[in-house]
Amino acid sequence: MKRFGANTANDDVSLKVMPGEIHALLGENGAGKSTLVKILYGALQPNEGEILWKGQPVVIGSPAEARALGIGMVFQHFSLFEALTVAENIALALPKDADRRGLSATIARVSRDYGLPLDPTSRIADLSVGERQRVEIVRCLLQNPQLVIMDEPTSVLTPQEADQLFETLKRLASEGCAILYISHRLEEVRAICHHATIMRRAKVVAETDPTTETVGTLARLMVGNEVDAVTRTKGVPGAPRLTLAGLDMPALGAFGVPLRAIDLEVRAGEIVAIAGVAGNGQSELFDAVSGERTGRDGAVVIDGRPVGHQGVNERRRLGAAFVPEERLGHGAVPALKLSENVVLTRHGTGEGIASGGFTRFGLAGRIVEAVTKRFDVRKGPADPEARALSGGNLQKFVVGREVDRTPGVLVVAQPTWGVDAGAAAVIRQALIDLARSGSAVLVISQDLDEIFEIADRIAVISRGHLSVPKAAEAMTREEIGLLMAGGAEKR
Amino acid sequence: MHLELVKRPEVSRVMMVGSPVLAVGLTVIFAAIVFALQGKDPLAGVYYFFLEPLTSSWSIEQLIVKATPLVIIALGLAVCFLSNNWNIGAEGQLTVGAITGSMLPVLVPEFASPATLPLMVLMGALGGALFAAVPAILKTRFGTNEILTSLMLVYASGLFLDWLVRGPWRDPKGFNFPITIAFNDAAIPSTIPIGPLYLNLSAFVALVLVAVLAVTLGRTLKGFEIRVLGQSPRAGAFAGFSARRMTLFAFMVSGALAGIAGILTVASEIGKLQPVISPGYGFTAIIVAFLGRLNPVGILIAGLVIALSYLGGEAIQTTMQMSSKVATVVQGMLLFFVLACDTLILYRVRLVGRAPKEPARA
Amino acid sequence: MLEAIILTVITAATPLLLAAIGELVVERSGVLNLGVEGMMVMGAVCGFAGTLTFGTPFAGIIAGALAGMAVSLLFGFATLTLVANQVASGLALTLFGLGLAGLIGEGFVGTPGLKLPALFIPGLTDLPVVGRILFGQDVLVYLSFALVAGVSWFLFRTRAGLVLRAVGDNHGSAHALGYSVVKVRYLAVLFGGACAGLGGAYLSIAYTPLWVESMTAGRGWIALALVVFASWRPGRLVVGAYLFGAVTILQLHAQPLGLGVPSQFLSMLPYLATVVVLVLISGNRRATRFNTPACLGTPFVPDR
Repeated sequence: MKRFGANTANDDVSLKVMPGEIHALLGENGAGKSTLVKILYGALQPNEGEILWKGQPVVIGSPAEARALGIGMVFQHFSLFEALTVAENIALALPKDADRRGLSATIARVSRDYGLPLDPTSRIADLSVGERQRVEIVRCLLQNPQLVIMDEPTSVLTPQEADQLFETLKRLASEGCAILYISHRLEEVRAICHHATIMRRAKVVAETDPTTETVGTLARLMVGNEVDAVTRTKGVPGAPRLTLAGLDMPALGAFGVPLRAIDLEVRAGEIVAIAGVAGNGQSELFDAVSGERTGRDGAVVIDGRPVGHQGVNERRRLGAAFVPEERLGHGAVPALKLSENVVLTRHGTGEGIASGGFTRFGLAGRIVEAVTKRFDVRKGPADPEARALSGGNLQKFVVGREVDRTPGVLVVAQPTWGVDAGAAAVIRQALIDLARSGSAVLVISQDLDEIFEIADRIAVISRGHLSVPKAAEAMTREEIGLLMAGGAEKR
Repeated sequence: MHLELVKRPEVSRVMMVGSPVLAVGLTVIFAAIVFALQGKDPLAGVYYFFLEPLTSSWSIEQLIVKATPLVIIALGLAVCFLSNNWNIGAEGQLTVGAITGSMLPVLVPEFASPATLPLMVLMGALGGALFAAVPAILKTRFGTNEILTSLMLVYASGLFLDWLVRGPWRDPKGFNFPITIAFNDAAIPSTIPIGPLYLNLSAFVALVLVAVLAVTLGRTLKGFEIRVLGQSPRAGAFAGFSARRMTLFAFMVSGALAGIAGILTVASEIGKLQPVISPGYGFTAIIVAFLGRLNPVGILIAGLVIALSYLGGEAIQTTMQMSSKVATVVQGMLLFFVLACDTLILYRVRLVGRAPKEPARA
Repeated sequence: MLEAIILTVITAATPLLLAAIGELVVERSGVLNLGVEGMMVMGAVCGFAGTLTFGTPFAGIIAGALAGMAVSLLFGFATLTLVANQVASGLALTLFGLGLAGLIGEGFVGTPGLKLPALFIPGLTDLPVVGRILFGQDVLVYLSFALVAGVSWFLFRTRAGLVLRAVGDNHGSAHALGYSVVKVRYLAVLFGGACAGLGGAYLSIAYTPLWVESMTAGRGWIALALVVFASWRPGRLVVGAYLFGAVTILQLHAQPLGLGVPSQFLSMLPYLATVVVLVLISGNRRATRFNTPACLGTPFVPDR
């Protein structure tokens, strides 16, 4: 149905998707999947090669032309308009001459038919992440597409929501629609896809039937060589170093989630992971633990000292360190140099980086060197701006900047979000090593694979409630899924 | 045909210096066009506007007199703009600083001592700072847009000064002119000979402030805090800095500096209060701040460049019978060019034909 | 007396309403153009010049709108093509506009202008009390109301208006769907320029048929505040503009009464009222939640 030729960041890529087929496009971050998708959706033009649509060569000059051909796209980062209603969002993706009067009725009907119920008059800002994805899918379906491109659709869903999505996809495929399914989650690719094209460094390296492969063989095709697995020794937990006791926090902003009576203990020598779907109070929890937002004194205790109403620097001085989810703009200032970004989190730790009101950028520069060496941060100049680093390298720097202090308590959100496999392994190993050296490590993550790889105990956050943590060996994915879907609140 | 921007991986150090120079160059070219449109010889216009004022020691003294308040105000604005606080009411803070600073020589004229001038400057700074605190507090307390409130207060302060000099502070022996009594000698900054030039004490105050701000912004934790909060409030909070306190700090610093500029201008240039005390220094200083790339040393240079446009405007008026309004046009043009040229620091600009073939990248 | 006051309130409110309705559209597209004052003053001087040159105020109306559009294009080029800082570029536009208008208008100072005639519909205009108020205004007054209604219809009833709101809400998504963010914003900025130019022209050919330097006297800034006050809803703009018109006129009427309050303090009222209103409206988050364009003031560079 579709053939595709050469390109610079996509080097001589060929891909053929058949009607009625769920075709997986597998690859690491930066393997060239997004570029390929942008070309198919008309957002980018290939330098060479051609696209055959139903056997005919076509030029897809814009997303509108792609839609006119019958190519629909469900974005990874939703392309919805928060202040507009569901119906308005969908109208924006339909051709100019589409009937707007009957649209609401059509939306209601289609969304019901595919098991994706939606109210056309509600505002996007009021919808949950799963509901927003429904809007994306329904918007795509209303264009009567013959090819649907889905970019990492399950990364924001609970396992149960994902299962429901798979049913919708199977139904679509059975109606003759072709689906290009982009993912790096090998389990689900094996479960629902008929065919898989695997990309690495801008090239297609393999085509295979995923049902005949194992997760291991797929991973090897994707990454190239065996990934250094993290080595994990069994730790012996010691005294509690970070305690949350009845932690409450009002919602942050109009769309935030309030925290309700959260209890948690992280002991020396262990990694506790908090699983959960995005937007269930993770950012509120991070802010409350880091001290960016303060509250009742006894709600947060670090090494026996109540710090609930103290700020982030007071907590750092007691030996705590924090790595937020957002690398650029929260963990680091994009336009500042790495040395200045060291000053950002370490000026108040009593290491002499700021003394007498003056900053010592020289000392900070030496810390940059140490972190660079230890975590293999690849950077061109000695002290580049943070924004010049790739995602993986910046994440290694941001984590390294804190681990370098050997903090007694480390709280890290999404430690390997959007990071290549090599960097992820380095970061996870560093977290394990830090814990084994006697620190308490709290990881907030949406990535269950990661959680099972490094955590000693696991808890689940759902709508601001935290489940009672259980040993990782005693936890299953199904149980986590149920807790994510609200089980954590019934206790 | 259209312009396309390509983001540079790092800021261009060359362009950081090059862009203001380019902007000044473009302004000179466009000024020449304006002269030509007015039916005057563009080359002569450029000469009289941009170069003639630099040829006599008297006009260089005048250049420094005009540059002094611009530099002092722009330093404060740099603190505001760097920390992402948009104080555009410096003209009003200047007015209030001039009023509070003048309280001593107008209400207590018999108090003449070496302490008079320092006290006036102190009171001017205080008045400007408190007046600037109003939009800052409204912003932090209610989330009110500081651009509009700080600007509205400019109009209010101007009317207040008007009332003072026509009403309670009017010189009873002033033939009903709207002026206050003349300041006593102790309230007027002295001039100091430097080579062939006689420079007002105010100019040295400006130089000291440039040095203080340069060290503060470049070397201290406070300066770091200003820059971090301006670029990324979230990262600033993560560093333990408070954006609210910064808003108040930045506004009060810039208000204090505008107030100092106000009282120094009144004391050294006019010697009394009158309805109009500033040719828009508070607004022109915005141009100075941007032309100087919000850098204290850059501001010092930019202040002299902009002061030149004031003198140039007077020069073409007397020598070429052109309107002095040309100066304001040139200043506005310059700010546009500065902002447009700053794009080159972060982006490469290239011209592409229609229907661009965009190379794909990962 | 009351009729006279209402008539003057209308003349005071109309320039504000004209400028503000344009800026509302600009801001809905996600662009903050602080140069309204500069565009208005250019509209005022060119409106005056156009009227004198062609001998009819209607030429002045067109000249004013064109002048506003011309200088708004400068702002558009700086902020949309070269993604310069919108706040600073808006200030530049104001300073530049005030300077250029002063230069253009130098020869017109003291020259009497022509006043835009009011409509006269026999029968209707003669009606007692409401006749002159409803049926005896000049064409720009009716245009200002037509623009408010038209903008309201455009934003909430047409597809193009939906696209404009979408661009202001999330320019990244609008781009991903294939809409040209920059083109939409250019059109909005031009519309804003035309409206501000009209507002300025109203001052110099209807409010007081004279050219006085900087005759806009901060009205461009008040128009900006009105957009916030209206929380980006066209209908509420009418309320705001007439409220401010009323404050302006009442202080003018209060001055000769000699209430013991110095005239300068009365003159401060419109500016201080703006501050008070801004404070009140910014405290009310609910009113602004869905209407504040999320991309307001943020530059857009297509991601490639």
